[in-house]
Amino acid sequence: MLGPLRHTIIKEFITLIRDPATLRVLVAAPLMQLLIFSFAASMEVRNIHIAIVNEDSGRWSQELVRRLESASFVDSTVVLPSSYGLEKMIDQRQVLLAVHVPADFSRSIDSGTSGKVQLIFDGRRANSAQITFSYIQGIVNELNNDLRSGAILQPTASARHWFNPNLIFMWFMVPSLVATLALMPVFLMSTLSVAREREMGTFDQLVVSPVSTLEIILGKLLPAVFAGMSSGTLIIILAIYAYGLPFNGSMSLLLLSMLVFVCSIAGIGLTISSQCNTQQQAFLGMFGSVILIMTTSGFFSPVDNMPEYLQLLVQANPAKHFMDIVLGSFLKSMTTAEVLANLWPMAVIGVVTVSSASFLVRRSLH
Amino acid sequence: MRDPSAMLIAFVLPPALLFFFGYAISLDVKDVNLALVVENDGAYSRDLAAAYAATAYFDITPARHRKEVVRELVSGDLTGFVVIPQDFDARMADPHRAANIQIITDGSRPNIASFSAGYAQGVFNTWLAGRAESGLTGIAGNQLEPQAPIQLEQRFWFNPELDSRSVLVPGAIALVTTIIATLLTAMVIAREWERGTMEALLSTPASRAEIILSKLIPYFVLGLVAVFGCTLLAVEFFGIPFKGSLGALLLVSSAFLLPALGLGLLISVVSQSQFEAASIGLLLGFMPTLLLSGFMYEIQSMPLVVQLITEIVPARYYVASLQSIFLAGDVWSDLIPNILSMLALGIVLFGLTFFKMREGLD
Repeated sequence: MLGPLRHTIIKEFITLIRDPATLRVLVAAPLMQLLIFSFAASMEVRNIHIAIVNEDSGRWSQELVRRLESASFVDSTVVLPSSYGLEKMIDQRQVLLAVHVPADFSRSIDSGTSGKVQLIFDGRRANSAQITFSYIQGIVNELNNDLRSGAILQPTASARHWFNPNLIFMWFMVPSLVATLALMPVFLMSTLSVAREREMGTFDQLVVSPVSTLEIILGKLLPAVFAGMSSGTLIIILAIYAYGLPFNGSMSLLLLSMLVFVCSIAGIGLTISSQCNTQQQAFLGMFGSVILIMTTSGFFSPVDNMPEYLQLLVQANPAKHFMDIVLGSFLKSMTTAEVLANLWPMAVIGVVTVSSASFLVRRSLH
Repeated sequence: MRDPSAMLIAFVLPPALLFFFGYAISLDVKDVNLALVVENDGAYSRDLAAAYAATAYFDITPARHRKEVVRELVSGDLTGFVVIPQDFDARMADPHRAANIQIITDGSRPNIASFSAGYAQGVFNTWLAGRAESGLTGIAGNQLEPQAPIQLEQRFWFNPELDSRSVLVPGAIALVTTIIATLLTAMVIAREWERGTMEALLSTPASRAEIILSKLIPYFVLGLVAVFGCTLLAVEFFGIPFKGSLGALLLVSSAFLLPALGLGLLISVVSQSQFEAASIGLLLGFMPTLLLSGFMYEIQSMPLVVQLITEIVPARYYVASLQSIFLAGDVWSDLIPNILSMLALGIVLFGLTFFKMREGLD
């Protein structure tokens, strides 16, 4: 039994390795993506350009402008005498926002009422606008506290962020990329596998060859699983040693979870592949699934934000569970029980997808 | 075109994608799972707890002790918790001691953590101001400042509600177009190279440019059909405003299809198989459009090297143009530089393709 199986697997590995392009795809692609995306994808806002329309010559407006100019997220400020020309600057994306200080600003503060500052954002950049608003709110809160000094102690709400106290976005991005970059090669290889043989006509040869159906299926699954595991492990090693991320969980549990994750994805891929006659169809099927799996995994936006019915469906997404495990293992020192709570749904999904793939491949062979 | 999958990609994939970007991804803070740990029964604490329960930003789970909620923060069931401590009421009543509440969030998801902390602080400050104004504050409360010396007013041009969907859906259109023009084209033409039918075609008397054009035009049309279909859906179904003109949309989309098709063609020429074309297409077409085009992540905030890389991502110019056309109107001063950049990238990509082809054929 092991004899023919070994040959099937060796044959699949040979097709894999004979093609140098495949290796490039398996090793170079994840590395490149890690490098670019870990630095590019950030929800922090930096280097922004601001226009300031200051109609007030009092000292408080000058203080406010001084603090804005020296803020770390601001790259440059343009001070305009009036709001003339402002519209064009926002239209052409020269500035993300304009700060408008009215003429009575300092006077109002000195007289004990509130000085109002207007912030005008480019709503086309909704996300950055929202984040920048919270930054500016912080600066104004500080200035408010300084203006009040001498008055009585104000009640405060202090915020602390566990697991990632400085909210470094890379600490989220790099573990998320472990999941994404393990998923890509598995999906690509498993969906194209059967479809490629069908298109080339070699699938019929398999039917008459002496290998059993189980061996064919394993021969298709294992190389994909191997590719996903090596790509994922590579990113984990780099995350710890090159990016210096904290790793607080159990490595063996993480690797076990990754194996289950990769198998469940390979099962989905092979299921799609068994239904396709051409590589092009398989690729489209893969594409639709990758987008569905990625957008609902919590990678782009939290699952909490989704509509209720979608949150239920998301439980069937292995990437959602694996994301929780990866982030938990890196940052949260997740306990074994908590990892298992995410691992078993993934295992169920894996059993379902792998057996449906086996069933469909078996049926198409007979 | 005989292959039904091409029709599938033009008519099924775009609406499906749009649906996921419209519904699944939201960067707005709404119904965030937060626990509220109230450690005492005083009037202030109860009133503040009610204020938290009333807001639409949070889904509040009440608790009595921190211990109860810490586990859920680790497991990811909670995004954070707010603690109103034991001595909160006593301190509120005492002018010499400042009352404090604590907001703890799950920093492993930094984005939602910082939004939630900001909103939770906002709820507290609003509550405080409300107490001070209504004069219900008790001994120390009467001395609370009713108003902050500086107040901020915010206005968002082009997108007054600051709906993240209005920004994401145009991005999704760029993604759909990339899939059709770059990925599908790369695969289809790679298949022709794989089978040798392309070489056969190129040895016929028809000129090289004619053959390439005849291969690309169907995908150009398919791409435009998808853009207009998506736009219709976005406006009718998701209620996204469309301030610009259809003519501008056609112009900008055609300009984008040039480099997108050029990239697909180039990939098909350099890759020897459909498998390779698919993987390179994912790497150079799909992922950059998703992550480097500015619709998810702000380009200006990226490191300089990455910012330079985004300059050669055609989708960057397309996403910016679409956002203008949808939300602001035909801002030609913004659109024209974008169109020119896309055309320039297209010319470079087609030039490279012809160069590579000649190299491969001779």
